Amino acid sequence: MATESPLHQFELVELIPIKIGGINASFTNASMWMLVAIIGVTVFLTMGMRKHAMVPGRWQSMAEMSYQFIANLVRDNAGSEGMKYFPFIFTLFMFILFCNALGMVPYSFTVTSHLIVTLAMALTVFIGVTIIGFVKHGVKFLHLFSPAGVPIFVMPLLIPIEIISYFVRPISLSVRLFLNMMVGHTMLKVFAGFVVLLGIWGIGPLAFIVMFIGFEFFVALLQAYIFAVLSCLYLNDALHPHH
Amino acid sequence: MDLASAKMIGAGLATMGVLGAGIGIGVLFGNFVNAGIRNPAAAKTQTGNLFVGMALSEATAIFALGIAMLILFS
Repeated sequence: MATESPLHQFELVELIPIKIGGINASFTNASMWMLVAIIGVTVFLTMGMRKHAMVPGRWQSMAEMSYQFIANLVRDNAGSEGMKYFPFIFTLFMFILFCNALGMVPYSFTVTSHLIVTLAMALTVFIGVTIIGFVKHGVKFLHLFSPAGVPIFVMPLLIPIEIISYFVRPISLSVRLFLNMMVGHTMLKVFAGFVVLLGIWGIGPLAFIVMFIGFEFFVALLQAYIFAVLSCLYLNDALHPHH
Repeated sequence: MDLASAKMIGAGLATMGVLGAGIGIGVLFGNFVNAGIRNPAAAKTQTGNLFVGMALSEATAIFALGIAMLILFS
């Protein structure tokens, strides 16, 4: 019986090889699933609002609820000034949600299980928030690293700690989403291997896999929500650095 | 000892990191239930914070598990 490594599911397959100059810009399976996620989000929202009735039907309710959910999130965590950035946070949340959820379809590919994808999104948030902070407050943005009400002799210890924890943010944001997705799918593959290996007693790992898939759906939703919440919190830090 | 067995031992040791996350999540939910019994009306407004805290401590468990996978499979 040919066994393959549980990490085989994360390999990129070039569907349409494209070379521009010296750069490999092929259309891979990751690109295809990202396209499916974008089309999914667009269809969900535009077809949902097609009837735009005063009393919403089922689909329109779902589209409006997703809007309301993120709008409340941004308003609670970043204030009314943060509502300017609502389209960005909404796009981020819906894209990550659909990418995570599409990864649960059998034989599909989880786009967010690659560090480069989550790192690109986290760096966008981090660099964008830093630029917003400097544009809005100028040099006074650096007051973020010296919280109010701290005695002066603690400052030389506290300021390097604050600076380091500020720069850890994009790393922790991206690695949290990436590892949750990668470890979840790898564990499913490993336990699936056990089911085949144990023959008739594979019913035990099978029951565990059923429960774990349910948990994975929950994690897919939760990790998208966490990414959005933390982005709003970092935005709040940039817009109001005096806490 | 050869590399394959060292990898197995390393992966097993790395899994001990999830202990801290288990304690953390237990403390978090325990405090939530405790406060929820005292003040049921306010408990509904804090379920959002509860899930944020749960995901953040679960992330530490996933970090440990990720290192274990990395050691085992590469």
